[in-house]
Amino acid sequence: MAQVVLKQINKFYDSVHAVKDVNLQIRDKEFVVFVGPSGCGKTTTLRMIAGLEAISSGDISIGGQVVNELAPMDRDIAMVFQNYALYPHMSVFDNMAFGLKMRKFDKSEIVTRVNHAADILGIQELLKRKPRQLSGGQRQRVALGRAIVRHPQVFLFDEPLSNLDAKLRVQMRVELKKLHQRLGTTAVYVTHDQVEAMTLGDRVVVMKDGWVQQVGEPLELYNQPANKFVAGFIGSPAMNFSTVTVTERDGGLTAVNGGMNIVVPPHLVDRLKPHANQQMTLGIRPEDLRVANGSDPAGLSFDSKVEVIEQLGSEILLDVRVGDGTMVASVEPTTRTKIQESLRLAMNPARLHFFDAKTEAAV
Amino acid sequence: MAVEAVSTTLGSAPPPRRQRLLEDERWLAFALLVPTVVLLGMFIAYPFIRGIMLSVTNSRVGVEGEFVGLANYYKVWNDSIFRTAVYNTFFYTAVTSVFKLALGLWLAMLLNRNFRGKAFTRAFILLPFIIPTVLSTFAWKWMFDPTFSVINWTLYQLGAITGRINWLGDPDLAMASIIVVNIWRGVPFFAISLLAGLQTISPELNEAAAIDGAKPWHRFWYITWPLLLPVTMVVLLFSVIQTFADFQIVYVMTGGGPANATHLFATYAYQIGVGTGLLSEGAAISLAMFPILFLVVIVQLLYIRRVEVR
Repeated sequence: MAQVVLKQINKFYDSVHAVKDVNLQIRDKEFVVFVGPSGCGKTTTLRMIAGLEAISSGDISIGGQVVNELAPMDRDIAMVFQNYALYPHMSVFDNMAFGLKMRKFDKSEIVTRVNHAADILGIQELLKRKPRQLSGGQRQRVALGRAIVRHPQVFLFDEPLSNLDAKLRVQMRVELKKLHQRLGTTAVYVTHDQVEAMTLGDRVVVMKDGWVQQVGEPLELYNQPANKFVAGFIGSPAMNFSTVTVTERDGGLTAVNGGMNIVVPPHLVDRLKPHANQQMTLGIRPEDLRVANGSDPAGLSFDSKVEVIEQLGSEILLDVRVGDGTMVASVEPTTRTKIQESLRLAMNPARLHFFDAKTEAAV
Repeated sequence: MAVEAVSTTLGSAPPPRRQRLLEDERWLAFALLVPTVVLLGMFIAYPFIRGIMLSVTNSRVGVEGEFVGLANYYKVWNDSIFRTAVYNTFFYTAVTSVFKLALGLWLAMLLNRNFRGKAFTRAFILLPFIIPTVLSTFAWKWMFDPTFSVINWTLYQLGAITGRINWLGDPDLAMASIIVVNIWRGVPFFAISLLAGLQTISPELNEAAAIDGAKPWHRFWYITWPLLLPVTMVVLLFSVIQTFADFQIVYVMTGGGPANATHLFATYAYQIGVGTGLLSEGAAISLAMFPILFLVVIVQLLYIRRVEVR
């Protein structure tokens, strides 16, 4: 029963317009991730939902109630901070119990709830310790515990995993996902890590410069990015972009630049026709490139020169020079090649992206 | 090969003797400690020991005096002015410390907020602390002057009084006056030190507490106050020591009067030892402060350690 609705949300800091016209309906039990580079307004948006920042204009409602004027404590939310924000002078138990004490819960109820949360998170034996006696991962669990004991309507997460080392981050990511599946509480999660966004979110909101760029399910963002920014932000390694000129030839369209001469696949021809004889940005993901074999049509492959070889075990990343630009290709781990060697690469025609060179919107 | 070459060069040309001495850590430590030991010895240990020695003689200005045991202490103990001074010192220290802490904390919390002209205000707050105490106390003395008092004038214009109040002529009012000046002079130290302490407390903790449902008063009591406590105790420790041994304000404002009603340890010791020339008795009065201050320091240091270990 706790959907969160953002209606025309704006935030100004003096002359800085930090968040611009954000509209979003977060469904009950949904896990929504805000992702974007630093300074994009994602954390500010989260803090406005929490009530830690005033809203300059617009409405935020939680569970059907407009909360613009409500203090954080009256919004029935819980928040996990980037630095955990555990009370350093209190034991783990007291940290988790604090919110319940402030809300005047019975002693026995507090003990039951804290123990239950500690069980879920596997921190039962840490309850007597102080935060500084805990490792980063344990502190993270306590911060989560403090959030879940209250049974709030909404969880807010502000980059909760960014202070953990890479291995622990992957582990906690999985645990967070499990926790959400178990509790089913609506969650809003802020991160700058697109992998976290893709793996955790039911839906992902990509932001940049205060604007929402695209809202969608992870694969939707990956497969149909709305613009060049989303295309480049989602996916790792990032999508390759090259500037091409679209020209009409033999009744079809061809995308041409110094190193490539790509025949535009039939399903894109109609959409690209209005852009004939214009510059466009061609996008292709590294994983949609492969080493060409003899049967690949000339119109879907191009020559390149290998500059850097990155062996990842499961794949090989090749940094290659194409014309006067560079690209990254993710190829089979069995591929044999050498630096400075010429290599012909083929692209998957179904997975070509074209963006307007000026507006950067997907075509 | 390279290593060998280096060791051969070193071996063939031993460093001069002085350099070798400095490479010996025991010698180096000694050399580095000497200046401190000399300074502490000359300016703290020697006067302290000399004071103790003076206090067990009957020396006066110009008279070397002889050993008289604890006679001076005995005399001081039975001196009613001394007893008043002891009471005054405790009263003065307790009242001013409470007010300085409360006002300083309040100011620090205000200054910890974001507002226009924050840096300027912070600097401005420090003024009473920066002005030489004797100068600012003279200004206060004028304000409390029975004839020229700006306070009397204001109260008179407001219709609150009809006659003049003799601020420094009445024992209770005089004590109240020096307390006011001490508070005025001491609050900036509390405010700035506590502000520094407040700034080490992450604002996220207060935000987390706000979301946890803590009202502003609860946030102060459960989060800010306990986290600030180590700093508070240190600031309080310094302030208590300084106030307990305060001299300038009382000396300038009342000189211990009227009728010895506002004497503190330090002013009375000065009056007896220097004013009257009874050096040994003055030393005894000063030294009577020592065990009390020593106890205060021990208790507070132990407390600070406990708080920090938490």
